[in-house]
Amino acid sequence: MSAIAKALPRLRPEEMEDPKEHLMHDPMPRGDMNTMVLDSMHTATWKYWTVVTILAFIVVTCLGYAWYYLIMQGLGVSGDDRPVYWGVFLVNFVYWIGISHSGTLTSAILRVLKIESRRPFTRVAELMTAFAIVNAGLSVFMHMGRVWLAYWMIPYPNERTIWPDFHSPLMWDFMAITTYLICSSLYLFLPLIPDLAMVRDRSKGWVKTFYKILAIGFRGTEGEWKNLHLAMNIFAFAIIPVAFSVHTIVAWDFAMAIRPGWSSSVFGPYFVSGALLSGVAAVPIVLFLVRSTMKNMKYFLRPEHFDTVGKMLLIISMIWAYFYFNDYIVSWYGGDKWEKILNLFVQTGPQWWLWYLMLFCNIVVPWSILWRKKWRQTPWLMALVGILINVGMYTERYIIVPEMLTINRMPFTWHSYIPRVEIILTIGTFALFLLLYFAASRILPLIPAWEVQEGQEGHILRKIGKARIPTISEID
Amino acid sequence: MANDLNSPVKMNMSQDAQGKWGMVIDQDLCTGCQACVAACSMENNVPFVGEVDAGYGRNMQWIRIERFWSGSFPDIKMTSYQPVMCQQCHKAPCEPVCPVYASVHSESEDLNLQVYNRCIGTRYCANNCPYQARTFNWRDYQDARQRPELVTLQNHLNPDVTVRRRGVMEKCTFCIQRIRHTEDTAESENREIRDGEVVPACAQACPASAITFGRIDDPTTQVSQAAVTSRAGHLLEDLGTIPHVTYLAGGA
Repeated sequence: MSAIAKALPRLRPEEMEDPKEHLMHDPMPRGDMNTMVLDSMHTATWKYWTVVTILAFIVVTCLGYAWYYLIMQGLGVSGDDRPVYWGVFLVNFVYWIGISHSGTLTSAILRVLKIESRRPFTRVAELMTAFAIVNAGLSVFMHMGRVWLAYWMIPYPNERTIWPDFHSPLMWDFMAITTYLICSSLYLFLPLIPDLAMVRDRSKGWVKTFYKILAIGFRGTEGEWKNLHLAMNIFAFAIIPVAFSVHTIVAWDFAMAIRPGWSSSVFGPYFVSGALLSGVAAVPIVLFLVRSTMKNMKYFLRPEHFDTVGKMLLIISMIWAYFYFNDYIVSWYGGDKWEKILNLFVQTGPQWWLWYLMLFCNIVVPWSILWRKKWRQTPWLMALVGILINVGMYTERYIIVPEMLTINRMPFTWHSYIPRVEIILTIGTFALFLLLYFAASRILPLIPAWEVQEGQEGHILRKIGKARIPTISEID
Repeated sequence: MANDLNSPVKMNMSQDAQGKWGMVIDQDLCTGCQACVAACSMENNVPFVGEVDAGYGRNMQWIRIERFWSGSFPDIKMTSYQPVMCQQCHKAPCEPVCPVYASVHSESEDLNLQVYNRCIGTRYCANNCPYQARTFNWRDYQDARQRPELVTLQNHLNPDVTVRRRGVMEKCTFCIQRIRHTEDTAESENREIRDGEVVPACAQACPASAITFGRIDDPTTQVSQAAVTSRAGHLLEDLGTIPHVTYLAGGA
């Protein structure tokens, strides 16, 4: 018996990968990189100011004035009616909370799992949390009948001697969102500190004072780095259960009600998966925008990062589909009369196309596109997939809130819903989200320069024989 | 005594209550004339929302007459009319969901109360009401500054009942102002309230006497006796909300 020596299959030239394609193996001197990041903050073309002006105009009119009109006239100018007491405002709320999940949760999961390609884009994702939660809060305030009394939900000793009712899922929601806002802001702030200190050291005058305050005296000593890493580690782990609980509680707003379609025990995890899907899908959109509009970003944000997000997106889309199927099949087999009517209404009613749109955008699109590495590495295609998934997830929330409210147990009161001023205010919230990003791109370094540098120091191309093998040394 | 969880009448409730009020609606007598709807609006300052908003499903009447038919089109048969108002559930789904205690339960009366000036308008209670009995002030319907056609109509407002502003949820109260008034009268005359002495506006206006009102903790009242007949039933009994309104149907 002679051993047959079999040659290893040789990679075709197009499959060969240049390690230099990876940001981590394409290092750059620290000073140059810092200059690049600062440069991207300081370069503002006339295009930038045009877009900012348009966005600011939309925010002032569509958000500011329309909301003023809504408050002064009452909710009569919205499309809500009996029985659809909750309309697009609540859809927006759930949608923006979902988006706000992506940021922090994606970044925390990637950090905990030590995925190295996370390094340049965690900041962009974390900012999404902060800006989306602003919109989520605004949506709730828009929804309230007497928004000027919103502070009555805050538990504080008061002259009315009234305490909020903690039986109400809305109170849990209020508490959970406040907690999440604080935690995610801190989680955003911690990795910002060294970068703020970097900007502080390279600026003059009142700008320096501004960053001096923000950087809370960070000097980069051994002890400070140690504490920073410790704090970030604690937050990265601790924020994962917080994020899960927040969206579960948002789901409980619906699941606790005795309504067909809403009262479902799987709504908690189902909503978490939905939040992740829409949130992670928003990351490539923002990455694409940042990469194609800001200076020097093509060095930091590379196809490999879109690839990482694409892989996550594919898995999360499958998780979402699993939970949706779970929710659907249980109600189908349960055979409850009202659930049956409701399912029939959603799938064959006047807005049947929404249901198919949801399934197409959330399942067909990611499952058919995200399999191919080449497509995952195409930034514009990933941005398109992200937009489509977000359309699908918005549709899903639209089906859950106003469409399911249309059908209730008293058929005499069934009534359809047509959004009115909500549409304008929704445009306003989207404009605000973009405007905040545009503003942040001038004030904060969108790329965590120190994290990229730290990663690049750990990644070395070792020479073994003639081959150059990429290696990673443990950083902690 | 059988502890029927779906009937407040049959349920053995605590004895320290001052009054547990209930209503019986005889659907076999109801003619669907809507007099109760008009009377309720007059008594409780329920605003008229105008043609456009009414067409959009924003009627604010606290009581509505539901009309259904059975069969398919040419051969249809009207079923009996069904007046629906707040069922004053013993275990009301609207109550625990309010974040600011605007929807509360009166333990002594066993009624659901809506505290208008505490309401911030989250509208969760209305979503969670399986009877869709709650109505929302979508606009300032009572404000004559915004609706000039109301200027003369302002004078018809009942001084015993609050006028609600925009952004506030409201619902049937079983005419609690009339219950209180009768209680005060009875107390000043040093006697118990007689059966049938408290008459809500809808019952007063009903030409067919289809609506009866009274105490359900006293088995001798008309309401209690009607509620245990074989014709009696409740709306959506399977939800376990224990409504205080009993419907009589199927006898005619």
